[in-house]
Amino acid sequence: MTMMDSNTPHACDLAVIGAGPAGMAAAVTASKAGLSVVVLDEGEAPGGQIYRDIERTTPRRSAVLGEDYVAGGALAKALREADLTYLPRSTVWNISTERLIDFSRDGGSSQLQANYILVATGAVERPCPIPGWTKTGVTTVGALQILLKSAGIVEESAVLAGSGPLLWLVAKQMVDAGAPPVAVVETTPAGRMQAALPHLFGALKGHRYLSKGLKLLRAVKAAGVPVYSAATDLEVTGETAATGLRFTSKGKQHLVSANHIALHQGVVPNQQVTRMLRCEHRWDASQACFRPVTDARGLTSFENVYTAGDGAGIMGAVSAALQGRLAALDIATKLGKSAPERADRLEAALARDGAVRPFLEALYAPATAFVLPADGVTVCRCEEITAGAIREAVDLGAPGPNQVKSFLRTGMGPCQGRVCGLVVASIINERRKTQMDETGYFRIRPPLKPLQLSELANFKPLEKLEP
Amino acid sequence: MARRIESGTTIVRFTFQDRTIEAQEGDTVAAALTAAGVRELRESVVSGSPRGIFCMMGTCFDCLVEVDGRTNVQACRTTVTEGMTVMPQKGGPAVEAGE
Amino acid sequence: MTTERSADTLVVGGGLVGAAIAWGLAREGERVTVIDEGDIALRASRGNFGLVWVQTKGQNLTDYARWTRRSADLWTGFNEELAEQTGIGPDYHKPGGMSLCLSNEELDDARNLAHRMHNVNGEAGYGAEILDRQQVQEMLPGIRLGDEVVGGSYGRHDGHASPLRLLRSLNAGMKARGVSYRSDGPVVSVGKDGDGFYARTATSTYRGAKLVLAAGHGNTKLAPMIGVNPKLRPEKGQILVTERCAPYLPMPTHVARQTEEGTIMLGDSHEDTGYSTLSATPPLTDIARNAIRCFPELAKLRIVRSWGAVRILSPDGGPVYEQSETMPGAFSINCHSGVTLAGAHALALAPMIARGALDPDISIFTTRRFHGEAY
Repeated sequence: MTMMDSNTPHACDLAVIGAGPAGMAAAVTASKAGLSVVVLDEGEAPGGQIYRDIERTTPRRSAVLGEDYVAGGALAKALREADLTYLPRSTVWNISTERLIDFSRDGGSSQLQANYILVATGAVERPCPIPGWTKTGVTTVGALQILLKSAGIVEESAVLAGSGPLLWLVAKQMVDAGAPPVAVVETTPAGRMQAALPHLFGALKGHRYLSKGLKLLRAVKAAGVPVYSAATDLEVTGETAATGLRFTSKGKQHLVSANHIALHQGVVPNQQVTRMLRCEHRWDASQACFRPVTDARGLTSFENVYTAGDGAGIMGAVSAALQGRLAALDIATKLGKSAPERADRLEAALARDGAVRPFLEALYAPATAFVLPADGVTVCRCEEITAGAIREAVDLGAPGPNQVKSFLRTGMGPCQGRVCGLVVASIINERRKTQMDETGYFRIRPPLKPLQLSELANFKPLEKLEP
Repeated sequence: MARRIESGTTIVRFTFQDRTIEAQEGDTVAAALTAAGVRELRESVVSGSPRGIFCMMGTCFDCLVEVDGRTNVQACRTTVTEGMTVMPQKGGPAVEAGE
Repeated sequence: MTTERSADTLVVGGGLVGAAIAWGLAREGERVTVIDEGDIALRASRGNFGLVWVQTKGQNLTDYARWTRRSADLWTGFNEELAEQTGIGPDYHKPGGMSLCLSNEELDDARNLAHRMHNVNGEAGYGAEILDRQQVQEMLPGIRLGDEVVGGSYGRHDGHASPLRLLRSLNAGMKARGVSYRSDGPVVSVGKDGDGFYARTATSTYRGAKLVLAAGHGNTKLAPMIGVNPKLRPEKGQILVTERCAPYLPMPTHVARQTEEGTIMLGDSHEDTGYSTLSATPPLTDIARNAIRCFPELAKLRIVRSWGAVRILSPDGGPVYEQSETMPGAFSINCHSGVTLAGAHALALAPMIARGALDPDISIFTTRRFHGEAY
């Protein structure tokens, strides 16, 4: 493994953006095939969010976080040992049509010419706009888990509210950490199980996930954590800091006191890079999100740009690694290299691992209130814009997210729409009574993350490379 | 209140406002402040309302603080170093102040 | 295919030019239909820097200088009327504007330009004063100027507004006055038949007694259908936008302006890249360097966003306003100063269109001025 120094390459066969499961696996496979590989990742260490700080885990943390987390250690080790260039703390901020990648690292920016690019930037949590969600003490459920993974920190008085496998996983991890949640408030609407049942037979091929899920549920309940189901009308109480969560469950209003409220409605692809490249995206009704259109090996509509992992559609960590390897094999083949592993086996494994998805997607599709919040609810956290203002902008004639952005500044803040984008698009879509593919999404432009002006001014693009 | 599930090995000290905070080596500013019970990291630039950590993965830009005079720094993406001075980010930065 | 009820005037294009004219026509009591494109379109309006800028306009076209000055004068009332009507002010301010000079050559050029323009609109018309570095510093107190700044040109008629809020308030004003706004464009054909003018989109046909083409680069295709060739060319401009910061710049400058929200916009790039709106890095780097050369303190700010848009330039950079000779009642309207000229478009040009004739004092802006020249 090489660190960045004066020998850092300016060109490579494959640039991998993101060092989560997809990125790590792809980079290792590609380097085994003989490709020159550069991995650019924002993190301090490999792992992405799912295997965050895997190299620094302790026996105690591993015991709490479980074997699926610990499994990421092998990938990180393989990445460290592979013959490639791994550049942690690197933030990609622009990519040209010629696949020149501009990235910021330790206060300075460099440029890398990539023949192929694999976008493996993973997922972000789906926004959970409810009244009071901007108060201090309100985080995502993922944030609680990152505190555990990265620093062994657990919240002692937290309510977990929302829907999806991660909600239960974190609840169980908190139980094991000796700080069970004050309550789990499930927002999965009643009747979802019936909707999901037709997918159950297919899901049985992925029984490992089903049994894991059931175990989590039972463990949390066995620990005496109060569980409220089919909760609606969630609202965070408190002046400026959260003091509790108010909600309705089974026709009764409840108020659970807690100074930490963690929200979750599943995860969705992080679209920033593929959107900036103007790759074709389509709405996936089952996953209730946009995903880039790809072929079976992850090739997007942009020449030589692939995507793998949750950024290509939510499939989880195991599938992400498989997809990464498949994409790397495809690229290696196109470059005339012999494949270091068999694609058909990876494809079969991918099919098995993904069998549970349709069931989970039907069961955990977000409830309408989280996708189409009431008028008074803040949607854009950066610019503090409400759902009602977005509806008014539509009524003024704004035909889509970009005109709404221009009218209201939704998505113009530092998060650049990462948090609110899907909800903004969904509100517009509903108001205009159209289809999500027609409604579209924010146009993403560089810099992908805020960049200091001096860094941009000091940036020296590569001289034109000889053909 | 948050707590650690295990005691750490190396302690790193930094200040937040006038408070000395003990962090563990490798902590992000956001994690260390959370462990110390600090929830309010900034006043939003639009309405001045208090904000704290939200996503912990660099996405939401809600955990902005001032670190050693640098403004609008993401606490969740900044590793604590010994003697670091961290201040809440109150509104937008002043252009003429600082470095 | 549906046919909508006939309007007094059909306006093709819902950007700043089309919206200002449509708002002005409705203000004259007309029944107006605006046909706009969808969410993704070239949309120069979204990439506008927001200057209401008089100095430097019309160096080779003095009527353009006069027209620009007229618009700047109309802006104050226009801003107030919009704010009162819609509750959404376009944030217009007129503290004057500063164009900084980074070399003695630039300063000499600015001085010569000021001399040449002195007599336009009479004594006070152009309103530019040439300042040395000390005088620039006095007008920008507390701001550290770059070492290369030797002076500047201060234009007292200059100001700035929020292009985004302007378009929003025009839309709100149009709605309040009953303008029918449709976003099922682009319009693919326009023309005249026995029932007056029509404009067709993929799904609808719209009708009106008059027709205004304000479709930006779309006019290249549409205007010939009414017998006008506006000879437009694209020029990409990019803008960088910083994080919101505390008040810093007391007036707009040619490279940087601070918005009401506190963000600082940095611009002044010119690229010949056709109709692409992609954000390319090298020009962004130039914008950053140039801004720091003028205002070194900006160096530590973070860039949060960039914009790329395509300017609509005529051969001489001036506006193109023309009523069709073969189809009277149809007008082709283009300009690249959608914000600066919004006051004139709403309050001077729209009433002319409502009357059915452009005033003689803006007759220079027809395409006839390009005839015979090798543009």
